[in-house]
Amino acid sequence: MKPIIKAENVSKQYRIGAPAASYQTLRDAIAGAVRGSLRQLRRDGRPEGETIWALGGVGFEVRPGEVVGIIGSNGAGKSTLLKILSRIVEPTTGRVDLYGRVGSLLEVGTGFHPELTGRENVFLNGAMLGMKRAEVARKFDEIVAFAELEKFTDTPVKWYSSGMYTRLAFAVAAHLEPEILIVDEVLAVGDMSFQKKCLGKMGEVAGAGRTVIFVSHNMVAVQSLCNRVLWLHQGKIREEGQPSAVVSKYLRSSCSARAEQKWDDIESAPGNDQVRIRRACVRPADGTPSESIGVKTPVVMEFEYWNLAPGTLLNLSVIVSTEEGYPIFNTGSGREAVWHGKPFPAGLFRSAFYIPGDLLNDGTHRVRLMFVKDQSVVIHDTDDILVFDVEDVHEKRSGWYGKWIGAVRPRLEWETELVEPGMPALTEAAG
Amino acid sequence: MSTTSSNSASTLGPTAVARTPPAGAADLTPPPSTPHELPDKPLVTIQPRRPWSTAELHDLWAYRELLYFLIWRDLKVRYKQAFLGVAWVLLQPLMMTLVFTVFLGMLVRVPSEGVPYTLFVYAGLLLWTFFSSAVTGGGNSLVVNAHLITKVYFPRVMIPAAAVAARLVDFAVSFLIVAGMLVYYRVPPTWNTLMLPPLIVLAALLALGCATLLSALNVKYRDVSIVLPVLIQLWMYVSPVLYPPRLVTDALGHWGWVYALNPLVGVVDGFRAALFGGTFDLFALSVSAAFTLALLAYATYTFRRVERSVADVI
Repeated sequence: MKPIIKAENVSKQYRIGAPAASYQTLRDAIAGAVRGSLRQLRRDGRPEGETIWALGGVGFEVRPGEVVGIIGSNGAGKSTLLKILSRIVEPTTGRVDLYGRVGSLLEVGTGFHPELTGRENVFLNGAMLGMKRAEVARKFDEIVAFAELEKFTDTPVKWYSSGMYTRLAFAVAAHLEPEILIVDEVLAVGDMSFQKKCLGKMGEVAGAGRTVIFVSHNMVAVQSLCNRVLWLHQGKIREEGQPSAVVSKYLRSSCSARAEQKWDDIESAPGNDQVRIRRACVRPADGTPSESIGVKTPVVMEFEYWNLAPGTLLNLSVIVSTEEGYPIFNTGSGREAVWHGKPFPAGLFRSAFYIPGDLLNDGTHRVRLMFVKDQSVVIHDTDDILVFDVEDVHEKRSGWYGKWIGAVRPRLEWETELVEPGMPALTEAAG
Repeated sequence: MSTTSSNSASTLGPTAVARTPPAGAADLTPPPSTPHELPDKPLVTIQPRRPWSTAELHDLWAYRELLYFLIWRDLKVRYKQAFLGVAWVLLQPLMMTLVFTVFLGMLVRVPSEGVPYTLFVYAGLLLWTFFSSAVTGGGNSLVVNAHLITKVYFPRVMIPAAAVAARLVDFAVSFLIVAGMLVYYRVPPTWNTLMLPPLIVLAALLALGCATLLSALNVKYRDVSIVLPVLIQLWMYVSPVLYPPRLVTDALGHWGWVYALNPLVGVVDGFRAALFGGTFDLFALSVSAAFTLALLAYATYTFRRVERSVADVI
């Protein structure tokens, strides 16, 4: 069958950082800027400097009706690929042929203006997504009904609640009826019902024989929705094929256990000009990171980091997830006694928390670390900063070795009492 | 009372059910056969483009309705937010006219080529207001609409074009005042009036060229939006908005032609000649037209170069 998307050797180069130049005087700076601007304009308006290849020679074909998942760690080039497919950025080399209209759920609400009414925004947004005015007019009632906003079509959207706003925006995107639908991580935003609507729309689109490109970190969703998976790794396709096979290979590679990570060179350590991580480790409460952790072991997680912005109100937020990426719990340093709520001076800090034994289930755990400023702004976010295995303790299991169900395995107190002795008094049906 | 540990509870077998694999991992329904025919040629081919490629002309046509919506949005939002709405469009040049009539017309006695100074300066300010607001608005338009550019594809040139076109609507509204003034001051129409449409087109194209070029430069150098108001202000004083070009050309003697190198001289002077009668300065007009064409070509070229990477940079 003929492909609906045909990508050949698609590459994208980004220039990062400013051109290296040291200006001596203001006059030099201005002269340099003038020379520079002339030179840069000749060079496609891009500054010189270091470059990275976000995508390096990606080629694939997608057949109509396929639901293709794209997976990969952060920075593997997934978003760049989607942006190229939706024509927001231009590839540096290569070529993509699209044999159908592309619609994408990453542009939900694009161009919505708060001063305009719901009706006006539907038309504007529709035009932006490439719908003809007549088409929007035809579907208008349907869109409004889908969004459940019949009474508010002539209200400026600035008076809408965020839920109403999202519903309307999604309703427009959902009625675009593209041959190729691009879905990027919508499952990460919005509430449960919105996620359901997105997934429902995806299923409907796929069911109608249309093509879906789905990018997600949620491996469960990828496995259940897609019939083929591309695994991007460092801008290249590393593996392609059956979802379950590719996903499990991906998980195995990305979850190679790392119970401790250290960065001796502060320049290359993860972070930015506000915080830099020096070390992260997870270990038994009374042991070292090299020792194994069992389901009954109390665990300590430690993070050492430099605060580089004196006076910051800093919080750490840690999310521990299963191997598949399901969050198990989120804990923050908000209840920490000494430093919480105080401005952090510049310096090296260590924060740690304690996880009691008999809480984590066995299996691989992934740790995401976020630094939060003023309890609201995430200033740095690292996925999989630690990955560790919790091992099952077999001796108490009396013979059964199956996987224990659940994200956690708390040891809870049970009670059983004899309420009434004797056989139940079965009332003999008197006939 | 007896308690059992959760570990021994496992023997009761709640976990005897093997963990189900992620839903659908194993049983994949094959994709349904395609219900629609694929076109023979790709609808869209994505590849690095050369600045002069014509592929985008097709898109410009395909997205023509968006241009209309962008203009409409610009007008609607601007008028909705302002208390006086449309009245501002009329008030701005009128207030300036009042001030300049008093200070320049009555006190300094700037000559006004046979028509009342009020009419003379209003005509100039009308065209100037259009030009300056189109260039300022258009020059900032790409940066202001960055949220659109990073989210959705459409021909980017529509953004500065819509900004300029929206000001043209403002211009049309204020033009009604000029029509009223011409009647009031009993200035009869002449054959020159036929030159109005081409002159307005020329002014709009000149504004479009400036706006397109500046909007592209603004993406990379935000200095543009800082310097722009100052430059625009200066440009007004070196253009014959408040005074007739004769004042400058006479002063320059036989270097008078140099003044016409300012592309606005031909446009503003021509606009007045078309309204009030009088002779067109054909040299100045040719310079304006030639400059506009060259600027449009250069602006398009620069814009297309920047456009390729605009979503990366902005």
